Amino acid sequence: METIIENELVRELANKHGRTRESLIPILQDLVVQYRFLSKKDMVDVARELDISAADVFGTATFYTFLDTEVRGKYIIRICKTISCAMKGKNEILSTIEDILKIKLGETSSDRKFSLLEANCIGWCHKAPAMLINDTPYTELTPEKVTEILREYIKIQ
Amino acid sequence: MKDKHVKRVDLIFEKIECRDVLEKIIDMEPDAICQEILESDLKGRGGAGFPTGMKWRFGSQEESSIKYIVCNADEGEPGTFKDREILDQVPGKVFCGMAIAARAVGAKAGYVYLRGEYKFLIPKLNEELAKFHRTMDEFNQNFRIQVRLGSGAYICGEESALFESIEGKRGEPRNKPPYPTTSGLFGKPTIINNVETLVYTVMIMKYGASHFKELGTKDSRGSKVFSVSGDTPKAGIFELELGMSVNEFVEEFGDGDTKAVQVGGASGFCVPRKRFEETIIGFEGVPTGGSMKLFNSTRSMYNVLHNYLDFFTEESCGQCTPCRVGCQQLLKGVEAVKRGDKNSKYLDELVKLAKTMKRASKCGLGQSVGNAFGSIVENFKEEIIY
Ligand SMILES: Cc1cc2nc3c(=O)[nH]c(=O)nc-3n(C[C@H](O)[C@H](O)[C@H](O)COP(=O)(O)O)c2cc1C
Ligand code: SF4
Repeated sequence: METIIENELVRELANKHGRTRESLIPILQDLVVQYRFLSKKDMVDVARELDISAADVFGTATFYTFLDTEVRGKYIIRICKTISCAMKGKNEILSTIEDILKIKLGETSSDRKFSLLEANCIGWCHKAPAMLINDTPYTELTPEKVTEILREYIKIQ
Repeated sequence: MKDKHVKRVDLIFEKIECRDVLEKIIDMEPDAICQEILESDLKGRGGAGFPTGMKWRFGSQEESSIKYIVCNADEGEPGTFKDREILDQVPGKVFCGMAIAARAVGAKAGYVYLRGEYKFLIPKLNEELAKFHRTMDEFNQNFRIQVRLGSGAYICGEESALFESIEGKRGEPRNKPPYPTTSGLFGKPTIINNVETLVYTVMIMKYGASHFKELGTKDSRGSKVFSVSGDTPKAGIFELELGMSVNEFVEEFGDGDTKAVQVGGASGFCVPRKRFEETIIGFEGVPTGGSMKLFNSTRSMYNVLHNYLDFFTEESCGQCTPCRVGCQQLLKGVEAVKRGDKNSKYLDELVKLAKTMKRASKCGLGQSVGNAFGSIVENFKEEIIY
């Protein structure tokens, strides 16, 4: 017989948000807060917990950019690439970050501390260029400013 | 001297006592609330511009013991950032607007759908929400609101996609009809309004419809919050009276070298300099959810168009073929013309494709790709080709 290993966190989140379909996205969002991405195992466990098919969980997760199904770092950097930020020097910011973190756009550092991604308009066009690091917005970026910001994140153990 | 038509207004961000408004509307008949909003001629500020009073009246006429009020705070249109500021500065007024709508149609539950990019606002919103619920308790009202977070999908700003998302599914737009007032969230009658629309309803209930109507024009009453960005020394958020021309706007916000203004974001229209004078910003001219992007003569409109098409290609939900494939082909097409692989006549084919998308796409996303595409290609053909 198949033995099911308890997934404590998934159970806890289902207790918190409920077990109806409506609870699915809040549960997935909280898993992303915890692990920065959704593993296959977690998605299967959520499906079991909510009594829906794993394909439904996977199908829903993959629709949403922030519900990543690929391994991501502890800090996900999302640089806005939409027109105002593109016009105000987004590329320069991007290459500054690539130089500092030694990763390219789309990559995650080998210590899984940082992922570097682009995002569509994040709503700070008047203070372009802008980026998010996890949930925190940073605006009016310059190469100096972004270097300073990253230095702080690098310091965190 | 020509009089200046760019007039600053301070309704949205005015700090008011929401309790007073709530106290007033609780004593009113639901229909009287709908009537007041109808009389104000307020039109939705989320982009589509549907008359709010009419929407509320439709909702109120539905027979259902369960109805919902949804605040659309998904604000994903490139160049719009005013809803974030409203939620940050006056969240209590947004909840108050939802309570007015709830009273008008007889709803007990409300949702705020906040885009994931604005998650940092959550602690503040929850604090304000607790205050709001205490006030509701004091007034013996059982209307309750919860905040739901998006997860980075522009299409979830489309109302039926937003409902799907709250219901825990992929954010794929539904067929219309039925409209939300008949069958919205969880299949129940639902009033969905933009953040800004809801705050205006508060101000209309506070000061009266006639006060609101003193501002603006016949087709575009009142004022509107504009998100101004691009080549401007005054980027930011401004509440302005409706009815100004693009020219008047550019005189106020331009850098002296403005060659085009994109009104309404990536799904809006590009207005070239030669049309500044004749084009009114409002429902009689170019409508806008508030996004105003200025481009000066150093900018390549090819880059602007390419950026928008890239945006739509990524954000199309992929559910219907005209939009999914159309966006990709428009993007590939302008790239091919730019490289010289296709001649300039090919642009006419692409314009036709964009027109087909307008007719054949299922939702507003696919239907509006042609707005920016058509207006940029028509006015800046040389920049696209060479
Ligand atoms: C692709 C797409 C994206 C949209 N995004 C938003 C949005 O972010 N915020 C919003 O209020 N309305 C958005 N809308 C419009 C909504 O569908 C809906 O018309 C609006 O929320 C109604 O509110 P209102 O009448 O107060 O404007 C979008 C529409 C489409 C087609
Ligand atoms: S028009 Fe585009 S976004 Fe809308 S339903 Fe079709 S594919 Fe999805």
